[in-house]
Amino acid sequence: MNFLQPDFAPAYPEIFLLLMVCVVLLADLAWGEEKPHLAYLLSQFALLGCVLITFATSAPGVVYTFSGMFVDDALADILKMMVYVTVSVVLVYSRTYISTRGMLNGEFFSLALFATLGMMVMISASHFLTLYLGLELLSLSLYAMVALRRDSVGATEAAIKFFVLGALASGFLLYGMSMIYGATGSLNIARVTEVIQTGAMSHTVLVVGVVFIVAGISFKLSAAPFHMWAPDVYEGASTAVVLFIGSAPKLAAFGFIMRLLAEGLGSMVADWQGMLIILAVMSMLIGNIAAIAQTNIKRMLAYSTISHMGFVLLGVLSGDGNGYSSSMFYVVVYVLMTLGTFGMIMLLSRAGFEADKLEDFKGLNRRNPWYAFIMLLLMFSMAGIPPTVGIYAKLSVLQAVLNAGYIWLAVVAVLLSLIGVFYYLRIVKLMYFDEPETDALILPQGDVKLLLSANGLAVLAFGFFPQALMAWCAYAIRHSSI
Amino acid sequence: MLFGFPLLSLVIWLPILAGVGVLATGGDRNAQTARWIALAGAVAGFLVAIPLYTRFDPLTNAMQFVEYSPWIEHFNIHYHLGIDGIAMPLILLNCFTTPLVVIAGWQVISKRVSQYMGAFLIMSGIVNGVFSSLDAILFYIFWEASLIPMFLIVGVWGGPNRVYAAIKFFLYTLLGSLLMLVAFIYLYQVSGGSFSILDYHRLPLPLAPQILIFIAFLLAFAVKVPMWPVHTWLPDAHVEAPTGGSVVLAAILLKLGGYGFLRFSLPIVPDASHYLSDIMIALSLVAVVYIGFIALVQADMKKLIAYSSVSHMGFVTLGFFLFNAYGVEGAMVQMISHGFISGAMFLCVGVMYDRLHSRQIADYGGVANKMPVFAAFFMLFAMANSGLPGTSGFVGEFIVIMAAIKVNFWYGFFAGITLITGAAYTLWMYKRVVFGAVAHPSVEEMNDINGREILVLAILALAVLWMGLYPLPLMEVMHTTVDDLLAHVARSKL
Repeated sequence: MNFLQPDFAPAYPEIFLLLMVCVVLLADLAWGEEKPHLAYLLSQFALLGCVLITFATSAPGVVYTFSGMFVDDALADILKMMVYVTVSVVLVYSRTYISTRGMLNGEFFSLALFATLGMMVMISASHFLTLYLGLELLSLSLYAMVALRRDSVGATEAAIKFFVLGALASGFLLYGMSMIYGATGSLNIARVTEVIQTGAMSHTVLVVGVVFIVAGISFKLSAAPFHMWAPDVYEGASTAVVLFIGSAPKLAAFGFIMRLLAEGLGSMVADWQGMLIILAVMSMLIGNIAAIAQTNIKRMLAYSTISHMGFVLLGVLSGDGNGYSSSMFYVVVYVLMTLGTFGMIMLLSRAGFEADKLEDFKGLNRRNPWYAFIMLLLMFSMAGIPPTVGIYAKLSVLQAVLNAGYIWLAVVAVLLSLIGVFYYLRIVKLMYFDEPETDALILPQGDVKLLLSANGLAVLAFGFFPQALMAWCAYAIRHSSI
Repeated sequence: MLFGFPLLSLVIWLPILAGVGVLATGGDRNAQTARWIALAGAVAGFLVAIPLYTRFDPLTNAMQFVEYSPWIEHFNIHYHLGIDGIAMPLILLNCFTTPLVVIAGWQVISKRVSQYMGAFLIMSGIVNGVFSSLDAILFYIFWEASLIPMFLIVGVWGGPNRVYAAIKFFLYTLLGSLLMLVAFIYLYQVSGGSFSILDYHRLPLPLAPQILIFIAFLLAFAVKVPMWPVHTWLPDAHVEAPTGGSVVLAAILLKLGGYGFLRFSLPIVPDASHYLSDIMIALSLVAVVYIGFIALVQADMKKLIAYSSVSHMGFVTLGFFLFNAYGVEGAMVQMISHGFISGAMFLCVGVMYDRLHSRQIADYGGVANKMPVFAAFFMLFAMANSGLPGTSGFVGEFIVIMAAIKVNFWYGFFAGITLITGAAYTLWMYKRVVFGAVAHPSVEEMNDINGREILVLAILALAVLWMGLYPLPLMEVMHTTVDDLLAHVARSKL
């Protein structure tokens, strides 16, 4: 048997990151005591390196390697770039927070980078096994990150819930994949597509497989009715970890959906469209209504995430490039807003004090008008009120839904999002209309100050000029393997 | 257009930039700087809007001062501005009101001055944007964005129940507009990928979608106007808002709804408009008559004027759906005139509230003894509010009633009832507040209005009298546009 050496070039970013994770671990072991910020700096360096390598190795067109198990295309490059930037911003926001809580050590950073690696593998996978490999690498790292605060009961409980339910979801996915393997005789996504198009297989087996795969995806996306883990994990885990879980993995999950549903099972759109409609409507309904009742802002944001994921699914279910790119735009905008919002929560937290109650935002306009304004922009963007970018995210998804001929679905979506506006407005109300309960100074580090301001203003700037971001998403979908 | 100079952009962005400048002055230590920058910005905003009138060509039905450049190519959205004889007077009204609001809040607002002034300036620019957008999404962006400053104005500087009022205002108006957004996206699909409002005007549509689109638009605009029965947010918002907020709400924001009917509902779905005109007229008449009676029993002055606003805006929607030139022009005049009068009435109540901190009619009595100059101004505006000939309030109502009688005697009859109820609720309130002996010891301590307040009220008094005696300059500029609009609406799109 001849051994063909595979083309490593498309996977250089992943290989580099893997090496860097080992470096971070070892460096922290050797010098972590004296130089606590070493792991942080090395991690940022690793992400920067990934950006450069991805940029340098990005080639037009679709490149397969490792016997067709790994793909490098525009979608992969753009999503990975966004993942690097997101993780990097997460690390900046988290640094002060985790250092005051004694979590500033190599474990946090190496787990974060392992999770990043998992996301990259997911995004570039063109084979069911690669997809699963990336997903598990991501998930296991996340479980461990949630459990990092080992002296906290809440965090431990959250970690166990997350782990058990996540493992169940992975089981679902594997079972679905095995069904599809049974029906088509292949695990390679491109090959599966071909076989389905010939129609030479049992449709029933295939549909059963699709059901399990959609359920598994919904778990990972935290779409209702598979959303139960999200509020508990958001509440129990430390804010830095929640920020991580809530941001970059959604980008990877979107890549996962694209590879699996849009590409692999794209010709079965009629079968999964109906399932996604139910999931989307339920997510928007449960997410928006349950969020109203929350007093813990992290729980509230968990439900808000669920409703946003409903919108993402709306874009996907239209089943064409236009819908996929609108969905991608929504995810990117969502990540931008989530970063800023959790950044604000960590900004208000101090040593020994978690700003995770809604009341902690009371009178922020009195304490610091600038950050109140940033939070105002983020909240209005989440609610989809112009002139912030949130409205274009909603606009593009609604346009895709109407394009697919579902007028009623668009009407339901806007009415449910109206419910959502209420709880975002409540935060604005707390910040602007109420008196502060504390006069503790807000003293962020220079880099956080700059980045958080830029984050908030980006929501406004993209609101005025969304064209570039939209065109980027459309480009990614058009030049991908889908 | 003057040497290709983007005049409309200037009218929109100058107040917004001035507002950002005011915000940048920071806390209340620089309150005086904030006030002066705000005044300069507001006056400059009015001055740059004047060429819109002087250079306006009243003989063409085309859009004027047009600006057109690509904005979001992905969705074929353009930065497309332009005004006609309907939009131009409303922009002037808005630019005229902003300096008055700034002056009116000069001393009254003492906490977070820069944010207060900044919010009004930014809102002024946003509202100009609503009136001059010719792209549906651009319109929608400005339309929704105008909610944010008003939400904050009511919520931060409002009365005791301000949180309820602010959230109700926001959610109510948002509910209507979201369905309008869906209608826009539907039109985008049907028109083959265009968000241009002028393209929609020419787009043929079957009756069933026309009716659905009409309902979506109706929800957005009826809430804003507000028409009966979706008016309930208005009294709450007015009562809780600070004086400046009430003035802008009544004088400007309600006009957005009326403008929406003329720019969207009538020309885009003319057949549905005709089909449903009876319902619209009925709703308008209910507002005119029934809300008039509701106003009669109010004990709170601001609430009374709020209900009177609903009743007067009933004339506007009535005029639109009569489909004749008198009706539409009368409705337009009524909108402008209501902008002056309701603004002035709220300012008058504000003047008294600043002194006595009560809006209850029962707490006053005999104000004329202590504030004779104020009583004279208040008298003029009360008369205008009840539609006395010689004031602007008369012109609009009279023309609309005439138009209504031409269509159906009973329309005119019911609309005419307002001449009785309007006089009754306004003048009765005036009598109880201003005349008689000094009823309460606290009234004894009220001082007459100062120079700043006289300035604001005098400017409004002049506007009310000028429009009442010589409305021709206003009617002239809208004549061609209205004729063209009616000719367009008369053609079926089926």
